[in-house]
Amino acid sequence: MSSVNVQRNVFHKVPPRLRGWVLPVLILAVWWAVVASGASDSPLLVSPLAVWQRGVGQVVSGELWVALSASLWRMAWGFGIGSSIGLAVGALLGWSRWAERLAGPTFHTLKQISLFAWIPMLSMWFGLGDAAKIAFVAMAAFFPVVLNTLEGLRSVPREYLEVARVYEFSVWQTLRRVVAPAAAPSLFTGIQLSLIYSWLATLGAEYLLASGKGIGNTLIDGREHFWMDLVLFGVVVVGLVGFALNALLAALEKRLLAWRDSTIARY
Amino acid sequence: MAIPALKAAGPSSPTHPLEPLPDLPARRVAAARTKASWTWAGRSLWAWPFPLAVLALWQLSAIWGWVPEQVLPPPAAVFKVFGELLASGELWDHLRISMVRVFAGFGIGLSLGLLLGGAMGLSPTFRDYVFPLFKAFSQVPVIGWLPLLILVVGIDEALKFLLIAKAALVPVAINTCQGIQNVPNRLVEVARVYGFTRWQMLRKVVFPAATAPIWNGVRYGLTHAWLALVVVELLASSEGIGFLIVYGRQLFQLDVVLAAVLAVGIVGFVIDKLLAVSEAWLLRWRKPGL
Repeated sequence: MSSVNVQRNVFHKVPPRLRGWVLPVLILAVWWAVVASGASDSPLLVSPLAVWQRGVGQVVSGELWVALSASLWRMAWGFGIGSSIGLAVGALLGWSRWAERLAGPTFHTLKQISLFAWIPMLSMWFGLGDAAKIAFVAMAAFFPVVLNTLEGLRSVPREYLEVARVYEFSVWQTLRRVVAPAAAPSLFTGIQLSLIYSWLATLGAEYLLASGKGIGNTLIDGREHFWMDLVLFGVVVVGLVGFALNALLAALEKRLLAWRDSTIARY
Repeated sequence: MAIPALKAAGPSSPTHPLEPLPDLPARRVAAARTKASWTWAGRSLWAWPFPLAVLALWQLSAIWGWVPEQVLPPPAAVFKVFGELLASGELWDHLRISMVRVFAGFGIGLSLGLLLGGAMGLSPTFRDYVFPLFKAFSQVPVIGWLPLLILVVGIDEALKFLLIAKAALVPVAINTCQGIQNVPNRLVEVARVYGFTRWQMLRKVVFPAATAPIWNGVRYGLTHAWLALVVVELLASSEGIGFLIVYGRQLFQLDVVLAAVLAVGIVGFVIDKLLAVSEAWLLRWRKPGL
């Protein structure tokens, strides 16, 4: 019992704000110590310093920017194409009950197919270059947008539409003033999911259709040459890009959907 | 794959940034079914004309030679190959190998995820220490860890188990943690009034109340596991359903590729349906309350 208490005291002594840093620092220290002790001469055991230097080298030589901009460019195109088609299809399915009845079940069946299973087919049709990669990213971006657009349109309360009819809104006014705001949160979720999926798909496409430059290719290169430091650096970059995309979207959502909170607050 | 922002996933909050596609419309279809079965009959009839028309057009385009068979094999050829692969047992062999991988990896990820999520949910101190590292870890998608893991463990079964486990662990851990944290305070207070012991509290109050979100995490975990399996088999495997796709591609036999893609879709569909059914069964006690 007393030992438990001692333990609790030790863990509680660290201020809550700093607790998150304890494990990472500990891991880094152990990593450093193992490398420094020379206990293992595996080429895979690189020091944290080597990873840092590799990172600096990649930034200074500009290789990182070449790879990163190529990846982001692909992602942006694929995301743009996929999400616009997705928005159109989702709007059609959400707007017309007949379209949903006819094509909805097919769509829900198709989405069950693991995305990456399409890559070999796409490489047959579009080759190994950017066309195939962008097509794949577009597919990845397509599905979440369709689902969430559909869901958003479905969630527009019927009463709102009735009020709009009473006020004799035109179709455009109804869309602009009633449907769009009511469906916005769900639409935004779709866009958010679709952007993250696009980033995953970009990496996957760069692995599986290995040609040209990109962060995925950097990782594959590192693996093939047994450059553990490059692979670790690549993993960090992948994580940071994902993090940045999320932060960007969170900020956008806060701005665009700020009215939501204010309406709630007024009640 | 990576779960960047940490929110509980589920129908009530589909905003989880990297959850598989939320399934709400399908759920609504399910709700409609229970209401009136004739609606369901009507709906399922309407589901057929569209895909059948697409298939017919696809088949005709092959017959009339609009699209060369090497580029897009006609559906009849795909179904024929699918039947042959089934009959020869080849498809079953690959599927069996893939299923073993999925369930082994998922089992590891599920148990670790429940433990980690449970600990983070029950102990704020533990969460303070572990959560930031966990969040950073989940920020990098499965596909980002792949090259690193290949260097460390090679391309054997260990690689598949680890990657699939990672894919399953993240949603399970997050949902378990959130589920436990979101147990209504009033339930805990009542239990305290009745003088429940710690174990009784967990067993009778916390776990039942957190079942729904945890099960959601399990559901996403299994879907992610299947997704991760296909990726890892496409990239580094010499057997399994993903390998069958790559193999067909290398031989330029697109009918084999499409037959394997069909199998991937069917398994994904079956997994999803099984989970939906088991969720209904697991949460059947909630119905009278609603």
